[in-house]
Amino acid sequence: MENSANQTTARIEVRDLTMAYGSFVIQRDLTFTVKKGDIFIIMGGSGCGKSTLLRHLVGLKEPAKGKVFYDNVSFWDLEPAGKDAVMRRFGVLFQGGALWSSMTLAENVALPLAEYTDLNPGDIRELVSVKLALVGLAGFEEFYPSEISGGMCKRAGLARAMALDPDILFFDEPSAGLDPISARRLDELILELRDSLGTTVVVVTHELASIFAIGNNSVFLDAETRTMTAVGDPNKLLAESTDPKIRSFLTRGEQ
Amino acid sequence: MNISSSRDQDNTFVVRLGGDWNIAHGLPSTEDIQKQIASTPHPERVVFDTRELGGWDSSLLTFLSKLIKFCREKSIPVSNQGLPGGLARLIDLSAAVPEKKDARKESKRPPFLSRVGEATLEAGKSAGEMVAFIGEAFLALGKLLRGKARFRRSDLFLLIQECGAQALPIVSLVSVLVGLILAFVGAVQLRLFGAQIYVADLVGIGMAREMGAMMTAIVMAGRTGAAFAAQLGTMQVNEEIDALKTLGISPMEFLVLPRLLALVLMLPLLCLYADLMGILGGGLIGVGMLNLSVAQYYHETVAALNLTQFLLGLIKAGVFGVLVALSGCLRGMQCGRSASAVGEAATSSVVTAIVSIIVSDALLTVIYDRMGV
Repeated sequence: MENSANQTTARIEVRDLTMAYGSFVIQRDLTFTVKKGDIFIIMGGSGCGKSTLLRHLVGLKEPAKGKVFYDNVSFWDLEPAGKDAVMRRFGVLFQGGALWSSMTLAENVALPLAEYTDLNPGDIRELVSVKLALVGLAGFEEFYPSEISGGMCKRAGLARAMALDPDILFFDEPSAGLDPISARRLDELILELRDSLGTTVVVVTHELASIFAIGNNSVFLDAETRTMTAVGDPNKLLAESTDPKIRSFLTRGEQ
Repeated sequence: MNISSSRDQDNTFVVRLGGDWNIAHGLPSTEDIQKQIASTPHPERVVFDTRELGGWDSSLLTFLSKLIKFCREKSIPVSNQGLPGGLARLIDLSAAVPEKKDARKESKRPPFLSRVGEATLEAGKSAGEMVAFIGEAFLALGKLLRGKARFRRSDLFLLIQECGAQALPIVSLVSVLVGLILAFVGAVQLRLFGAQIYVADLVGIGMAREMGAMMTAIVMAGRTGAAFAAQLGTMQVNEEIDALKTLGISPMEFLVLPRLLALVLMLPLLCLYADLMGILGGGLIGVGMLNLSVAQYYHETVAALNLTQFLLGLIKAGVFGVLVALSGCLRGMQCGRSASAVGEAATSSVVTAIVSIIVSDALLTVIYDRMGV
């Protein structure tokens, strides 16, 4: 991979993070590092706070305690303009795609390009077509989100997340609701983006096939103890972990 | 970003790509290269040389996709071998799912006459839908009378609270001010004849027969009718209404009926309250500006009004309640599946409600006049 030389640098660093809604603590004392070029998996059972952690990482929710660093800059200590600059380097794929329903797919993907680049409308149209083709939606430019299936919405959401060639891509349950072949194609696309563009990827998922196929680092959140119980390559966790909860999760409860 | 090209002796067209490609610097045009490739005789094949290439992003991907598509149209073979591995794989990936040709939509504008025709058919259809909706609502009402309607009683009480007690502040404000305005406009004229005392009659009859019901209904159309439309519309977007239907629960009974009942019960009560607040507002002008005493104003009001006047206003309020609830629910149930459709539903519910309030008010006033009340 072209970027293996840089793989040691920390892209995201989470330090002593406590997440809470009001006084209700969801997870506490989370500390982990996502390196450049990692495909980092956030896993755990339902309701353990995976999506909430993602909302913290993409800058939508302020930590109750602790810090989140991007390239060694503490995000929540920045001025609003600085925050915007950091967030512009993110691409986020939300659970349902979160496409703007009053715009066509092409307009959805074109919006970030029109806002943040100086490209002319013709160039934007071409870029949009390429991005849609990458997610397997060539020819669907003029469709509205309500006219296509949920899985297609999700893929279009990915095209929008990739519009600005982000440094970090965040995925919330990318393969939920996709057929197995589309899910696999999506996994391949994620790997390809990492390998060719050097994108760092953070994925919230509990799809075991995906976890083992693409993840090279991960954090396991436990709902009962409300903190992380493991960190590392999921394949290694499967081979080496002795924690019964993690073993049971990674083997679908068979061990 | 540098682009150059040359033709080898064995008629191979070489595209040399160099430098850093960054989307922030714009997309280079493919036209020059396309022209050279298209010049006769066509090259045997096209290859890429990327030895000078630095960093790249999707600007290069877009450039290459366009060029490869062009070559394919001219049936000139393209070799990906000279490209960096990641780039070649991304290009393969973007070509993996063939373009859906029939998915492209025609953006052609139909001629004027066919647009008029379509609009007319659409209007006929929407009138039909409205009648069907009203019919279904009354069937549901019939079920309720037979005690068979299925909805949650707690929903009904919550709705009654929402469109009853919680509407009191705005109704108070609006009706006091309307009473005040009526009195003020009347006072200026009546004072010319020294007939200030009749301001009490004017305000009392005006509020009780007409303005109390109308102003309350308009306030409720904006406040509650729009809320109904937005709520049901969002439920439509989230497939919550489909979920009710699959369980065999009629959304008509479960969602529309309690809203209809709540508004029909509460609007007359709010109207009565508005009548009294309006008379109070008129009294403020009478006592403050026209030097009438409180007792004088009170006795004149009591003498001018009888219970029939109030009843006529309350009947109107009941009718308006049905109209506001039905138009809110109708637009909500008709809502499309997008965020902007919810906005349209809310807007059109208010428009429908206000138009039907005014039209039915005119009709009722004529009917009252014919009946001689």
